[in-house]
Amino acid sequence: MKEQQAELVLDVRGLVKRYGTTTVLDGIDIAVGAHQVVTVIGASGSGKSTLLRCVDLLDEVDDGQILLDGVDISDPRADAAAAQRRMAIVFQAFNLFPHMTAVDNISLAPRVVHKVDPGEAHEKALDLLHRVGLDGFADAYPDRLSGGQQQRVAIARALAVRPRLLLLDEITSALDPELVGEVLAIVKEVARGGMTILMATHEMGFAKQVSDQVVFLDEGKVCESGPPERVLGDPTHPRTRQFLARVIAAGWLT
Amino acid sequence: MTHALSPLARERRAYRRSRARRSTLVALLSTVVVAAAIGVAVTQSPGWPRVQVTFLDPASAWRSLPTVLEGLWLNVRVLVVAELGILVLGLLIAVLRTLRGPVFFPVRALATGYVDLFRGIPLLIALYLIGFGLPALRLQGIPTDTAVLGCVALILVYSAYVAEVFRAGIESVHPSQRAAARSLGLTHRQSMRLVVLPQAVRRVLPPLLNDFVALQKDCGLISVLGAVDAIRAAQIDAARTFNFTPYVVAGLLFVLLAIPTGRIADAVAARAARRQGAQ
Repeated sequence: MKEQQAELVLDVRGLVKRYGTTTVLDGIDIAVGAHQVVTVIGASGSGKSTLLRCVDLLDEVDDGQILLDGVDISDPRADAAAAQRRMAIVFQAFNLFPHMTAVDNISLAPRVVHKVDPGEAHEKALDLLHRVGLDGFADAYPDRLSGGQQQRVAIARALAVRPRLLLLDEITSALDPELVGEVLAIVKEVARGGMTILMATHEMGFAKQVSDQVVFLDEGKVCESGPPERVLGDPTHPRTRQFLARVIAAGWLT
Repeated sequence: MTHALSPLARERRAYRRSRARRSTLVALLSTVVVAAAIGVAVTQSPGWPRVQVTFLDPASAWRSLPTVLEGLWLNVRVLVVAELGILVLGLLIAVLRTLRGPVFFPVRALATGYVDLFRGIPLLIALYLIGFGLPALRLQGIPTDTAVLGCVALILVYSAYVAEVFRAGIESVHPSQRAAARSLGLTHRQSMRLVVLPQAVRRVLPPLLNDFVALQKDCGLISVLGAVDAIRAAQIDAARTFNFTPYVVAGLLFVLLAIPTGRIADAVAARAARRQGAQ
């Protein structure tokens, strides 16, 4: 038991988040072990994005704990910036900085936050651009790139800080169907490289392929969780079945 | 609706509250200390008794208050009329400057020239030229009232600034908005009036209010033409009694006038920020 505790990168315990009188997250427990990929699925408004934002300390939690490598980072006494330096998030809407080129977007945090030598950070950023298949786009501004290209730059930006935990918030939801593949291929490769990932997605087929564990969120609670084959293939809870049936009807499970 | 909180959450909440209390206390203390230091430095200065008599004489302040207030009423009237004129003229010039197409070149050039001229000219010189130059033409129908002439000068100069603020707002509305409006069949004028301007004006409200505060005190400059406004009234009193307190009274009144506008500007900016946050 103790061994397993040490293995956990992220441990969310009884997380509660309210906006006004609506309870978005109502006591969530999720654990992500080192080099594991945990996928959160659920209908729109089930709290997937809120969960990721809370984990990245972008939103203050109302109750419960978030432990990163065994340290409670949700404590108001904890150094939030230090915890954020060890995580990276990729947003649904990319959120690239429009006034910076692709390479500057990627090298910003290494240079400014992690004090990497600017020349080295630049080189590293070019490497990452190569990794996400965007050689030759280093000096392009985000509005010159397609959605898929922008999201690939955003992934490179997140990887540039060598995060202990990578958070992916429905990163393909804002993309055209034909651009989804290029982004997911990169995530697959990153996952295979041993990155610890917590992600929210609507791409069930993709979730099945890369996840070690799938968590189904419903009305702010963990309704069902387990290995992807079981949760996606043979769900026990009626809510999960209902949700998956609707998703299949929409053509997402391919 | 209250929720049962875990002891952990309750303790965190208490901690956050105590931190907030401490920050407030530190801020309060440092403010008091700085204010006290400045107060001591001023009142211990060698010339303080002298300054107190010439600038801060309560009797003089009380005596001059009615006439200064009466003058301020003229400032307020000038302010309201000038602001209305400035908004209309400024918006008109801004719209003219954004007209596209070669047909409108002369209009655009004129509008640009207007902005260049009146934004560059010192307000004081504009006041002299219009306040003394216009009546000197002895044309029929030209007003000779100094307050009216001062008002005209203020409108001319300030509308050049305000036009640029409006133009920045118009250009900040994304071209896709115009495309969407045109695609629905709205004419240039309709899309401007119904789609672009409402967004532009909302966006530039804070800088417009800033210009309004600037105008509030610049209204006092019409005193150079001889209009008996708050500053002129103070000047007359000061010249008669060799005491500068009336100036301080007039200055304080202008500050009082500006405070509500400043709070309105804050509220408008906060509302805009909330609206953005909600999106």
